[in-house]
Amino acid sequence: MRVFRMLGRDIRDAFHSVIRNFSLSLASITCIVITLLIVSISIMLSAVVNNFADNVKKDMTIIAFLDVDITEDRINEMKLELEKLDNIESITFDSKAKIASQMMKDSPVFESILGDYTGDNNPLQDTYLVKVKEVEKIGDTAKKIESIVNVESVQYGAGMVEQLIDVFSTIRTISLGIVGALIIVTIFLISNTIKITIFSRRKEIEIMRLVGASNINIKIPFLFEGIFLGLFGSIIPILATIYGYTYLYDYFGGYISIKTIQLIKPTPFVYYIALLLVAIAVIVGSLGSWRAVKKHLKI
Amino acid sequence: MILLELIELNNVTKRFKNGTEALNDVSLTISKGEFVFIIGHTGCGKSTLVKLIYREEKPTSGEIFVGGVNVAKVRNRKVYKIRRKMGVVFQDFKLLEKLTVYENVAFALEIFGLKSSEIHTKVLKALELVDLKGKAKSYPDQLSGGEKQRVAIARAIVNGPKLLICDEPTGNLDEETSMGIMDVLKNVNAIGTTIIMVSHDTHIVEKMKKRVIELEEGRVKKDYAKGKYKRARV
Ligand SMILES: Nc1ncnc2c1ncn2[C@@H]1O[C@H](COP(=O)(O)OP(=O)(O)OP(=O)(O)O)[C@@H](O)[C@H]1O
Ligand SMILES: [Mg+2]
Repeated sequence: MRVFRMLGRDIRDAFHSVIRNFSLSLASITCIVITLLIVSISIMLSAVVNNFADNVKKDMTIIAFLDVDITEDRINEMKLELEKLDNIESITFDSKAKIASQMMKDSPVFESILGDYTGDNNPLQDTYLVKVKEVEKIGDTAKKIESIVNVESVQYGAGMVEQLIDVFSTIRTISLGIVGALIIVTIFLISNTIKITIFSRRKEIEIMRLVGASNINIKIPFLFEGIFLGLFGSIIPILATIYGYTYLYDYFGGYISIKTIQLIKPTPFVYYIALLLVAIAVIVGSLGSWRAVKKHLKI
Repeated sequence: MILLELIELNNVTKRFKNGTEALNDVSLTISKGEFVFIIGHTGCGKSTLVKLIYREEKPTSGEIFVGGVNVAKVRNRKVYKIRRKMGVVFQDFKLLEKLTVYENVAFALEIFGLKSSEIHTKVLKALELVDLKGKAKSYPDQLSGGEKQRVAIARAIVNGPKLLICDEPTGNLDEETSMGIMDVLKNVNAIGTTIIMVSHDTHIVEKMKKRVIELEEGRVKKDYAKGKYKRARV
């Protein structure tokens, strides 16, 4: 009971101190807000990117364009050759006639262009759609397919996808670096804020010592003050995360343009992020105030 | 009967880092319930002596027992345990300007996590003892010097300490006000609190007719029994 009453008083006092010194606390709080916003945004972004990458990987297909003058026998023979390769998940044949009719159905523009060509006139190429098992080896597999006689060329999306993933992972690394730097700056700012409150309360501390306050008694209010700075700073980022993400999710209806980028459901995702933000806020706040207390409250 | 001795100094020497020898081989005992003055010229080591007792300073050599504990050996981290058993009052009051009289006194109890009701009872009792009950809601800047010092005394005794140390509590006050403070200290002494008071006001010291320890250049020059001290007439 006694301990709880003491903690209660410490928490109350720390809270008041942050409010009283709000202009002083503002720099620290702003820094925490920025840090946590970046943390939140990079988490959301990387979640989306991972999800996107997973979806793209699931659907990794090599398109093999066959020579225009290829014979039907040769096409059937090729299927057996393709089946012999490693890393093959499935093989589908799309004839040029089928592709043409599909394209004409899709767009009246194609219809007018392709309508004149029928049968042997069809300018398109027969294709094999080959799905691979492991996306990492798709380059190798594509090369092997290309070396098969009568395969004119191959195409696969990996280059674009990998580049995209590369870009995102670079962004992630950079934002991780920025967050790290910001966290350090924040710790110093909080430490400085607490240092100033320690100095402004020198007399109080002196009297506390005189009347028999233990070191912990004296230090704890300052630690709480740091934690409060952190918590105050986490309010805006948490609200922004919860409402911002939910809004985006609803806006895009869970999809962003292409089906391969499917967004993660907001609940409980945003609450996990909120929890993480609170944890970071508390840890950064405690570290900052701990540093100040260690340096400036020597007992 | 060692238990009757609340304070015992054995061959205490205090040399500061800069080489100043503030106390030199001081030995003395103070019993429970005594009222003792420490007097002497400026710089003779009076403040240093009491600082050693409330463990603001550590002696260079010698033992200092307070209530059976050798405070010279107490680590900095544990000093608060000693402080809880004594009250200390200074010339400059050391009140918090932003707090009322009541809150200033309660400050000494809040850190122990007492219930508000307990704090209330104890604070009022202490304010009554120093005759300041009517000023509980005032702020320090609304008080006279004598009243401020009485608040400081109330804060020092609110926790019911066995020992009250006063370093020149009347140093800033005129004679009449000082006598008022002395009356308060007499009352505090009457409830069984041992009092050690540093003073250079020989007038008051003589009037009080208590034990007087006179220091000179860091040594005990003379230890006057109750009522034996007479100040030098010019
Ligand atoms: N922290 C310190 N460091 C170095 N020397 C000190 C320190 N504190 C006190 N002294 C010296 O020790 C001696 C005794 O000081 P002390 O404060 O005990 O004197 P005092 O009797 O209380 O004097 P006063 O009546 O002026 O208060 C003085 O010479 C003083 O300069
Ligand atoms: Mg002095």
